[in-house]
Amino acid sequence: MTKRYGKTLAVDNLSFQVHPGHVTGFLGPNGAGKSTTMRIMLDLDAPTAGGVRIDGKHYRELAEPLSYMGALLEAKAMHGGRSAYNNLLCLAQSNRIPRARVDEVLDIVGLSAVARKKSKGFSLGMGQRLGIASALLGDPKILMFDEPVNGLDPEGIHWIRNLMKNLAAQGRTVFVSSHLMSEMALTADHLIVIGQGRLLADTSMADFIATNSRSYVRVRSPQHEELKDAFQRAGLTAVEVGDGSFEVEGADAAKAIGELAAQNSLTLHELSPQQASLEEAFMQMTAGSVEYHAHHPGDPTTPGAPGPQWGPGWGGAPAGDDTEKKG
Amino acid sequence: MSSPAPVLQSEWTKIRTVASTKWTLLLALLVTVALGAVVSAVMNNTFDDLEGVELATFDPTYVSFAGTSLGQLAMIVFGVLVVGTEYSSGMIRTSLQAVPRRGLFYVCKIAAATALAFVVAMLTSFLTFFLGQALLGDHAASIGDENVLRAVVGGGLYMTLIAMLAMGVATMLRSSMLSLGILMPFMFLVSPILSAVPGAKDFARYLPDQAGSRIMRVVPNALNSGETPYGPWGGIGIMLLWVAAALIGGYLVLKNRDA
Amino acid sequence: MIEARGLSKRYGDKWAVYNLSFDVRPGAVTGFLGPNGAGKSTTMRLILGLDEPTAGTVTVGGHPFRRLPNAPRQVGALLDAKAVHGGRTARAHLKCLAQLSGIPDRRVDEVLDVVGLLGVAFQRSKGFSLGMSQRLGIAAALLGDPQVLLFDEPVNGLDPEGIRWVRELMKRLAAEGRTVFVSSHLMSEMSLTADHLIVIGRGQLIADTSVKDFIERSASGYALVRTPDEDQTATLTTALTEAGGSVEALPDGALKVTGVPLPGISDLAHEADVRLWELSPHSGSLEEAYMALTQPAVDFRSTTDRRAGLLQELPPPPAPVLPQSSEVLESEAAR
Repeated sequence: MTKRYGKTLAVDNLSFQVHPGHVTGFLGPNGAGKSTTMRIMLDLDAPTAGGVRIDGKHYRELAEPLSYMGALLEAKAMHGGRSAYNNLLCLAQSNRIPRARVDEVLDIVGLSAVARKKSKGFSLGMGQRLGIASALLGDPKILMFDEPVNGLDPEGIHWIRNLMKNLAAQGRTVFVSSHLMSEMALTADHLIVIGQGRLLADTSMADFIATNSRSYVRVRSPQHEELKDAFQRAGLTAVEVGDGSFEVEGADAAKAIGELAAQNSLTLHELSPQQASLEEAFMQMTAGSVEYHAHHPGDPTTPGAPGPQWGPGWGGAPAGDDTEKKG
Repeated sequence: MSSPAPVLQSEWTKIRTVASTKWTLLLALLVTVALGAVVSAVMNNTFDDLEGVELATFDPTYVSFAGTSLGQLAMIVFGVLVVGTEYSSGMIRTSLQAVPRRGLFYVCKIAAATALAFVVAMLTSFLTFFLGQALLGDHAASIGDENVLRAVVGGGLYMTLIAMLAMGVATMLRSSMLSLGILMPFMFLVSPILSAVPGAKDFARYLPDQAGSRIMRVVPNALNSGETPYGPWGGIGIMLLWVAAALIGGYLVLKNRDA
Repeated sequence: MIEARGLSKRYGDKWAVYNLSFDVRPGAVTGFLGPNGAGKSTTMRLILGLDEPTAGTVTVGGHPFRRLPNAPRQVGALLDAKAVHGGRTARAHLKCLAQLSGIPDRRVDEVLDVVGLLGVAFQRSKGFSLGMSQRLGIAAALLGDPQVLLFDEPVNGLDPEGIRWVRELMKRLAAEGRTVFVSSHLMSEMSLTADHLIVIGRGQLIADTSVKDFIERSASGYALVRTPDEDQTATLTTALTEAGGSVEALPDGALKVTGVPLPGISDLAHEADVRLWELSPHSGSLEEAYMALTQPAVDFRSTTDRRAGLLQELPPPPAPVLPQSSEVLESEAAR
């Protein structure tokens, strides 16, 4: 799939699959082409080349698409002068979804009490809930959420996280984009990462973190010196950290250390495998993609200026951000 | 494939559930009827001042439709808002998710809005005619007179077509503000000014509002308004071409642009 | 330094904020937490003198905001990222603000550089994405080089890189001895950024404490223990239970242990001749702590169909029962 806006290549020959039964996270820096990709999936934008198939069909070929695929793209994509109930009713009627379902989804997202209020008075969080309601309206097999926690309070964040996990557990396909790595780490099982319109990774969460960051085991013992000797005898490289603990490279080292301690009758006060956060892994990966692009001065997305395209120094390339805004 | 009936129903709900529909259509009716009534009453009182060509071409039916020129602006606002609010609110993306076949979506939206506009326009037209005639006293025309019924039905058609024109333009421009910014001055300034400029007059006759409003005249050059090279139905035909062009333009934009 | 004393604000017959007293001290990032409709924004507006309190006072550096001499040089705030005239360029917008408070133009370019908007300084801000607007808002807050900074949901719309940048910026500002007061719904973000927390619910103060204390008090930490096989796991479970700990077996074979400290687990394992393959401490999360504190009625949350409208009318203060009620959503809608 490719999408070009003028000279900017928003999405560049992107191919991936999203499978049912998982929450698939869709990550990428601003301007990486996430929103464009999602819009193309819904046939809102036409791709310059390639295309998206949903169980073998184009979105526009779906009969009553809301019962097949529900999406939340932006919170406020509703007519503000219409009540929450009526906004959903319009959508329901066009796909022959019974009226009762409107009340049901409003109840699920917790908006029943304000169902008859005009949606322009809604806060961002309430708008978000209304958008989620519209995605759930047709009880679809496929759900797509763009930044679903935007504007929600902690309680709401907790709720949507569980909702997405439950939907996936029911065997549905859940595809969700977010900038909040900590949130993603708690929600997604699988990750698709893009940068500058290209696929950077399509892998499970655990693999992603394992490949893109350092994992080690932290060991702490009251018998510090004995442990150090034991490490030396076993040929394990243990780095002493300031607070009196050791760090041993490799996530699997824990078992070996446990056995080692038992053999030597050493007491351990901590033996914890440590993994870097998703955020660190993500930063590592996307930073790599930026360096890679900096070596291609002819690339239309890199207008001369060296250095990162986004982040603190991204001032030089707002074009990517613009594409996020377009439409 | 989704069929038209549910989509029509959905579009009807959309129109029904926003306050602007009620206000614009009510305003279109009230302004047209009230202004028509005022002008009719004034005409009745000052009838004796008329002389020459004006007296010879006096057209009581056309007099009672004097409010159309202002009332049509409310119709334009209705037409523009029906489409424009989809874009200004971002609803269009939600709507197209529900109905990804854009042609179907567009046809149903225009059809639902046009049907409502047609009913209101006809009601307005008959109301304004009968009230106007009542106030014209001895100078009134009767609905049974030659060509009068045509003019009254035509008045309703004209208002409906104006609303459709506005829908087409708003779909092309994808913005309420821009559409109103173009249509309002056009109806209020450009068209009247052009028709007053001798050289441009021949061209101005073919503008949608001028061609379309010919049908409301029972007397061809009513109140010394000048002859037209087309008849009442010819005028509506010209207006229809404009409306068709706007609607097709709107369809092409909707079909081909990213939402 | 921000000091609130008995701060109350009533809209109609609803108390948005009631009898709030707290201090926000310099040199630390103070997080401001609370559910939607708890009165966070109102409090921010009261601090900035945008609204007049119904009762009580709030002062910045000892003065009410409206009487602060040269306020823009002392207090910088980001409330609503999109509250910018869209037709103006980023630079013109900041220049207008700078001129209002006698800040030299040179400073405008400086802050644009700080937030990374120098490259788009001459673009109209209506074309900005939410993330860019957010950066512009932060630039405006930094403009007067103020001692007191207020941020309302600063990471909204930013990408991971931007989120990390804001986090570091706030820590740096606090390290420079400034007062940094930041509201957010993102607990994970707050736990990384804030040193101190002020939590409100239904307009009333629930907690005013350090992040560490807050978590320790309200969230339960536990130890994750793993042994080579089921027999040893069973043996250890018995030993731990006898020692007064509570043990929960996890589906992947590990044990979740509370009530016995890490060295104690280690000793028990040693005595029972159980080898340990993992013994890792897990401290409670800020989110857990927050949920426990603001939602005494946890049962309401456990269903997917979380119904708003379950809780009662806002009682006449004080009685901090927490939101989720339709009435809170409504009062939000009304605003």
